[in-house]
Amino acid sequence: MPAPIRLRELIRTIRTARTQAEEREMIQKECAAIRSSFREEDNTYRCRNVAKLLYMHMLGYPAHFGQLECLKLIASQKFTDKRIGYLGAMLLLDERQDVHLLMTNCIKNDLNHSTQYVQGLALCTLGCMGSSEMCRDLAGEVEKLLKTSNSYLRKKAALCAVHVIRKVPELMEMFLPATKNLLNEKNHGVLHTSVVLLTEMCERSPDMLAHFRKNEKLVPQLVRILKNLIMSGYSPEHDVSGISDPFLQVRILRLLRILGRNDDDSSEAMNDILAQVATNTETSKNVGNAILYETVLTIMDIKSESGLRVLAINILGRFLLNNDKNIRYVALTSLLKTVQTDHNAVQRHRSTIVDCLKDLDVSIKRRAMELSFALVNGNNIRGMMKELLYFLDSCEPEFKADCASGIFLAAEKYAPSKRWHIDTIMRVLTTAGSYVRDDAVPNLIQLITNSVEMHAYTVQRLYKAILGDYSQQPLVQVAAWCIGEYGDLLVSGQCEEEEPIQVTEDEVLDILESVLISNMSTSVTRGYALTAIMKLSTRFSCTVNRIKKVVSIYGSSIDVELQQRAVEYNALFKKYDHMRSALLERMPVMEKVTTNGPTDMVQTNGETEPAPLETKPPPSGPQPTSQANDLLDLLGGNDITPIIPTVPTSKPASAGGELLDLLGDLNLTGAPPSAPASVPQLSQPPFLLDGLSSQPLFNDIASGIPSITAYSKNGLKIEFTFERSNTNPSVTVITIQASNSTELDMTDFVFQAAVPKTFQLQLLSPSSSIVPAFNTGTITQVIKVLNPQKQQLRMRIKLTYNHKGSAMQDLAEVNNFPPQSWQ
Amino acid sequence: MMQFMLLFSRQGKLRLQKWYVPLSDKEKKKITRELVQTVLARKPKMCSFLEWRDLKIVYKRYASLYFCCAIEDQDNELITLEIIHRYVELLDKYFGSVCELDIIFNFEKAYFILDEFLLGGEVQETSKKNVLKAIEQADLLQEPRHEYFNVPVY
Repeated sequence: MPAPIRLRELIRTIRTARTQAEEREMIQKECAAIRSSFREEDNTYRCRNVAKLLYMHMLGYPAHFGQLECLKLIASQKFTDKRIGYLGAMLLLDERQDVHLLMTNCIKNDLNHSTQYVQGLALCTLGCMGSSEMCRDLAGEVEKLLKTSNSYLRKKAALCAVHVIRKVPELMEMFLPATKNLLNEKNHGVLHTSVVLLTEMCERSPDMLAHFRKNEKLVPQLVRILKNLIMSGYSPEHDVSGISDPFLQVRILRLLRILGRNDDDSSEAMNDILAQVATNTETSKNVGNAILYETVLTIMDIKSESGLRVLAINILGRFLLNNDKNIRYVALTSLLKTVQTDHNAVQRHRSTIVDCLKDLDVSIKRRAMELSFALVNGNNIRGMMKELLYFLDSCEPEFKADCASGIFLAAEKYAPSKRWHIDTIMRVLTTAGSYVRDDAVPNLIQLITNSVEMHAYTVQRLYKAILGDYSQQPLVQVAAWCIGEYGDLLVSGQCEEEEPIQVTEDEVLDILESVLISNMSTSVTRGYALTAIMKLSTRFSCTVNRIKKVVSIYGSSIDVELQQRAVEYNALFKKYDHMRSALLERMPVMEKVTTNGPTDMVQTNGETEPAPLETKPPPSGPQPTSQANDLLDLLGGNDITPIIPTVPTSKPASAGGELLDLLGDLNLTGAPPSAPASVPQLSQPPFLLDGLSSQPLFNDIASGIPSITAYSKNGLKIEFTFERSNTNPSVTVITIQASNSTELDMTDFVFQAAVPKTFQLQLLSPSSSIVPAFNTGTITQVIKVLNPQKQQLRMRIKLTYNHKGSAMQDLAEVNNFPPQSWQ
Repeated sequence: MMQFMLLFSRQGKLRLQKWYVPLSDKEKKKITRELVQTVLARKPKMCSFLEWRDLKIVYKRYASLYFCCAIEDQDNELITLEIIHRYVELLDKYFGSVCELDIIFNFEKAYFILDEFLLGGEVQETSKKNVLKAIEQADLLQEPRHEYFNVPVY
């Protein structure tokens, strides 16, 4: 058997392959050779073969058959073997394979090896990929090595301990004694890793934090070390561009931040050194700025005196002017964090921030946009809005939706006048009309309705806007609605704010009919247009016949929604003509609905995508969506008869789909639910009650609040049952039950929930993380929701689990909470 | 902590991957593919940081290689750039004017050096000299060629 080819030889050969297929062939050939070599239990060349395998693994080819070989290499006496073996273990093995546990004994032996480099290999491997079981078994060895005088091993042991604590937090206590003298070391490696270890402990345990503050007097020690670093002369070993050991400085500053947070004494003790670092650090290179950045973060987070805080914000202000993009980015991020607490100080840098909106870098632009919105207030609204509208015009599409929403919110809060407000909205609609979110339309309509004196002006401007271009749906929808409502003002030329235009009734109907016919109009928009035309039948005098004709034509439209409306409106002309004028009366001023802007939703996992209040119905069946709920709110404030399928209403029709859903819902709730499951867990056949709406299938008889199916998709069903607290009426306790109707278990199931800002949420531990198949069991978890403002409960949930070998993830909105759960 | 570090060429070929969090092979491949695509799409004048999932990505290009690290929310982006730079300096000192080919043909050594500099996603040694010394000494421990048996190292 000839010797297997050498590693570098193989690499050279593979690189000569000209096509993917050629490469694959070479790899397969070599893998076959390696496999047979492994089978022969060849000790001499095992190392070489595994090294080659690791190379091929990096190219993307499977290498699992080498896992056991790595273990054999680790167990070998030769250092070369161990080195490759441990590398292989770190690359090919992970804690999911049972095989990895076989390493434990080898590592244990190697941790006690006579050669420190072997001990180092073992510590490194354990610290990089040790599983919880391995950590539990070997924590004692690590702790021993943490106390050794060998600094090479001590520093590795410290980071290994950090990993152990991350994996098995209960073991933190056992490392406490060993930390006593860690900071007395001279060796920077040990100092750095010790600071990391102390940081980890303080972050995880408030008791540890208190202990280190009081008993160990950690702050003075850290201050001393930091001072030495700054004051000491040039140290070639640790120098980076004139700064002594920046890595250590940054870690110390971070630990100081944790120690000083919410603690006056500690904060005071570090005031001087922070001021010193902030003023003396060289800012010409990135390394100095890295230290300043960390210093600023620390100053802002502890209880520092105001002079220091101003110093910090000024540093950030200087960062903003730096040529280096990275520095500007970091400055914007930090300012965003501090804008709530130090608003005035950040305001001073507003013009620089606004300039950043024009930067070429997308990340910087986004940060600048978010910060700009945070800085808008009553005083600067006009100027800021000019800049923001300009930004909206020129920015990338990915920003437009967020920017538009932000502008709407800001305008709503700080509009200096109604006319300005409407002008601004018009500008947004015409500039970024297709990116505006769906919920903007009803919000705008409400705003316009309530600005009674601006009706004539608004309808005129909207009319002019869509005359030129009726492709942007949100704009057209708002315009159609307004024309329908205020068409009489339009033709009578009553506008005071600007020059009134001459429009005839026919011209108005022309444009509305164009919208109806146009290919660019969505079904929803067409609905708006048709309703608008209908409303004009009571506002226009000369063109009623024309309106009647249009309406009757659409009585045979293919679009079911349009057809239904047309038929109903036709009936209004014929049988119910006596009611027509009352039904089509001008809309009264609406009750102010709280802003349900997308930015109100609490984000989960720092996701930056907004939480849209979209009208996407969850798959388990028709459920009243959030817009339909808004619809119900509006109906509550009007004098119109409640929804009866045969009588058309003049409520502002939002997405036609919701109308159907609402009606569908009403129809279905009439029918009694079939087979109410008395034993919810076991006997439910899958999807039995999918046809029904979200009505409860088993009543929580104890509290009388109906439970709901919050989510049902891909065989996973989640039900919510409710209880109200007797002692605290703002608290709702929700018990979720997750069941799985498929034929395979769902493992690693994690349920997360987010609620709007006015609520508070507490999620208790789940009963398990496996949802067994065939509905044989459930995971139960309790959520406590605090709702002091008694607002309607809405929730966004995120589910992650493993199923059939792949990782699944889903986001959903839960909007069908029964009123008794939150009122 | 650093969750992972990837080195890849301008054509998207992976040259080194160090993972400090447990993920399946499939997940690693997916993440690698996505990130490589995202980073390669960045224009040269853009800043070195981007948000990706719930992590911060810090990347820097040295000649034909991209060094890309994923750090957590509380980590300092600017010092991560220094960490990347330090690693490049270490490679440079070890190989003598390092280039991509050195890392291709001696990838295992690149890993060994990285493992003396970082451990569990954190810096373990801040002195360049000490890292290089440790590598040197460990290299000496490698069993030499047995000329007689003609059995090379690997």
